[in-house]
Amino acid sequence: MKKTVKLKTPLVDRIIKSLRAGDEVKLSGVIYTARDRAHKKLAGLLTANKTLPLDIKNAVIYYCGPTFCKGKLGSCGPTTASRMDNFLKPLAKAGLRATIGKGKRSYAVREIIKKHRGVYFVTYAGCAAYLSNFIKSYKAAAFPELGPEAIYEFNVVDFPLIVGIDAYGEDIYSDI
Amino acid sequence: MREINLEKISYELALRANINLRGDCVRLIDKAYKSEKSTLPKQALRIILENSVIAIEKKIPICQDTGLPLVFIEIPEGVKWERKYIDKINRGISKAYKEAGLRASTVHPFGGKTSFNPDIIHLEFSRRKTLSITVFPKGFGSENKSRLKMFNPTVSKDEISDFIVTSVRDAGPSACPPFFVGIGIGGTSDYALLLAKKALLERVDKPNSDEPLRLWERKLLKRINSTGIGPMGFGGNYTALSVKIKMHPTHIAGLPVGVNISCHALRSASFKVKADNVKVI
Repeated sequence: MKKTVKLKTPLVDRIIKSLRAGDEVKLSGVIYTARDRAHKKLAGLLTANKTLPLDIKNAVIYYCGPTFCKGKLGSCGPTTASRMDNFLKPLAKAGLRATIGKGKRSYAVREIIKKHRGVYFVTYAGCAAYLSNFIKSYKAAAFPELGPEAIYEFNVVDFPLIVGIDAYGEDIYSDI
Repeated sequence: MREINLEKISYELALRANINLRGDCVRLIDKAYKSEKSTLPKQALRIILENSVIAIEKKIPICQDTGLPLVFIEIPEGVKWERKYIDKINRGISKAYKEAGLRASTVHPFGGKTSFNPDIIHLEFSRRKTLSITVFPKGFGSENKSRLKMFNPTVSKDEISDFIVTSVRDAGPSACPPFFVGIGIGGTSDYALLLAKKALLERVDKPNSDEPLRLWERKLLKRINSTGIGPMGFGGNYTALSVKIKMHPTHIAGLPVGVNISCHALRSASFKVKADNVKVI
């Protein structure tokens, strides 16, 4: 039976294990944006055994490159998660627990999520103005040189998510 | 004499396209929302509609991927055209992106500083009497799913249909369904894809005036919607909301078919003016 739950970060083991693919989640707390080029940099730092510019332990990464207008956060919907599939392994190993994006992910990602007891959430793609209503504040966190692909820290309240892949490797998109 | 200020017009078009979802798209999404029975896809369609209202209220883009702003220009008889006009249009678009905080998603293929505008202009000399300028911000979640196939000229329509349905199925949930599907048949490889893109600029809620094409589009839509991908990939009856086909003569040795998919946030805005007694500045 699918359920709707309210969750707060950090997403510790007990919370993650309680989630099942298809559950609706309203997430509050801290999430970090990162997309293609930020992932390349993060993975590069891990390979070189260097410290990451954010605390990755139990963190949530939102695959998103938001817009800003005059210092205010604008639209901020999810981007295609599968482009970040190849970067998940080193990040999950470093402690990343949850990712938020859109679309189907590879079989390898399902296995990584299962192994590291993580979770992949999907959110409402192409609904970036709607999603901006759930972000209460933001600050720059890392890689400002990447412009729209920089890492931002978002403070979210009841951010609407659906569990895409759960810690047991179940995937809502496995049939399509 | 009416003055056509290209910089001002393209500035306004870029804003309108990114913030105001096209009326024909809203109508089709609304229709789907009203008829969908399944809970999660219905909720997704409701949120898509809500999103379009919030974007206007907050004056922020419908989607954070404000795309590559493509430009389509139709120049009628009697209007003189010069290169500097394209510069003006590009300036207007870049200004809109900068001022309204639309995302700078344009970048050199191997990285570097991002900018607002890739300077992709499709210029056409038309027999119509109307000067037309369209700004079409194309997001890449769906653009990445474009397909081209060079068929043999003896191919059956059913084989082409299979290719189209497979292309849409492969696009899957990451291209932001429900889709608007543009199909280009004929021409050359590049031209078939251009036709597919131009098909998305037609009224998506209006049936094709060519009857065989209208029937084919309807059949394709039915097949695409039987895949059960649905809004956000949550299932239900609406994987696509419209299929538009455009055709052009091709070579006797081939039959190119291009598929260009748009996410549910199909964004474009046009300016049209009767070309008599106008001065382009």
